[in-house]
Amino acid sequence: MPAADPMFEIRGLKKSFGAREILSGLDFTVERGECLVILGRSGSGKSVTLRLLIGLDPPDSGSIRFDGRELVGLTEEELLPIRRRIAMLFQSGALFDSMNVFDNLAFPLREHRVLPEGEIAARVAELLELVRLPGIETKQPADLSGGMRKRVALARALALEPESVLFDEPTTGLDPMTSASIARLIRETRERLKNTVVVVTHDLALARAVADRIAFLDDGRFRFIGSLAEADASDDSLLAAFLSGSEEDTDVAHTQRRP
Amino acid sequence: MRTPSAALERLGLRTGERVGRFADEAGALALLAGRSVRALATPPWDLSAWLKQMEQVGVRSFGVAAITTIFTGMVLALQTALALPGLGVKYYIGTVVSKSTVRELVPVLVALIVGGRIGSGMTAEIGTMKVTEQIDAMRAMAADPVRKLIVPKLAATLVMLPALTLIGDALGILGGLVIAVLQLQLTATFYWNDVLSALTLEDFASGIGKSFFFAFFITVVACHNGLTARGGADGVGRATTNTVVLASILILVSDFFLTKFFSLF
Repeated sequence: MPAADPMFEIRGLKKSFGAREILSGLDFTVERGECLVILGRSGSGKSVTLRLLIGLDPPDSGSIRFDGRELVGLTEEELLPIRRRIAMLFQSGALFDSMNVFDNLAFPLREHRVLPEGEIAARVAELLELVRLPGIETKQPADLSGGMRKRVALARALALEPESVLFDEPTTGLDPMTSASIARLIRETRERLKNTVVVVTHDLALARAVADRIAFLDDGRFRFIGSLAEADASDDSLLAAFLSGSEEDTDVAHTQRRP
Repeated sequence: MRTPSAALERLGLRTGERVGRFADEAGALALLAGRSVRALATPPWDLSAWLKQMEQVGVRSFGVAAITTIFTGMVLALQTALALPGLGVKYYIGTVVSKSTVRELVPVLVALIVGGRIGSGMTAEIGTMKVTEQIDAMRAMAADPVRKLIVPKLAATLVMLPALTLIGDALGILGGLVIAVLQLQLTATFYWNDVLSALTLEDFASGIGKSFFFAFFITVVACHNGLTARGGADGVGRATTNTVVLASILILVSDFFLTKFFSLF
């Protein structure tokens, strides 16, 4: 697919931990305003890919361009202005457990001084309204359920109205109804902010609810990148097994492929 | 079959690996130290975070520092008088207690005791944040963990450890006074005159000067171990133990070189 207006352009991305190669040369593009869902089995390197996109870990080799700017090789300080434009929702939520919900949401606003202190409370209330959790400002993260923590973390990620949001397993560990509400929040956010979204998940329902395109990661490479319709029509046995949720077939296909 | 040369080769490889790991670790520590000092020296400063840390590091460590130093002064006076009974040493007890506490014992003991307490706390806090992705979340929000987390701790320790040392000096000398009066039947005035005539400004400069370096070592080691913790609660536990061991060794070894250094002035 030709890159019309790419937000992320990734070429030859490789990453190993010790002797174990996690990513063995990824090439993909995320268009501006698009939602790309990266699917893959547990341990296939999905979360690692996301961490590389925001510069939390350096790749061993390859190129990551965000809005035309090369991120590989930048120092932590040089990455700061880029990270203001990209938000990341972590799998665990990663709320600061020494702060209450209000201070968690106020953190990015105070850090970047985007609002005077007097207006922060109103903005925090608005963000909590957005994730349908009004009035919980004084609660501690430990007092929240898993789903609430994820939603507060989503509100925090959206505080600076980022151009791009990266979601790391946003529905893992949540019940189907809460998962559906997270999917709806992702869709609403995209409609409102028109931002570029990359979601990493193994939740097919979520992928079908939010994806413009999906990418299927296996053994450190993308086995498939395309629309959902193309994925459903694909004759790749491993992808078909994954999409139908057939565990045994996936394992068989995997073993057959690897001598 | 195992041949001597193969065994030697393996030994060489293992030693090489260890030296490499040690060099990596030392390099990472030095890098973090440099980044922390640079961030400490440049605004913006979050003074309310500094004050909170000063309370954590200084005020809450006061009790343990006070007990350590009073009893050190007391036991030093007692041991000196008991060990050398026939030489009239008790008449110099003020000199012995004040010189050894101010120059050596109080700076090192306060650093070891307070350093163990605050260093382990810092590693546990930062390590837990690291393994629960809170440090990554901070970085992802374009905030610098060195500036947000380490600088307030470094500033607080650099102020509070020397302050505790200074208070500890006074309490150590006071401990010596208690023994001088109650056990050795000297008058308080005699003891004080002895202390005041013995102590010089250089004694304080050497002791307090050392405690600045100790404060720096404790904070950098503790924060580095926290930031590099991995693998959940077990990893944080290991990092915390490592902080106490490494900080203590650094304090004791550097004490020798710092004493040599300060004796030049």
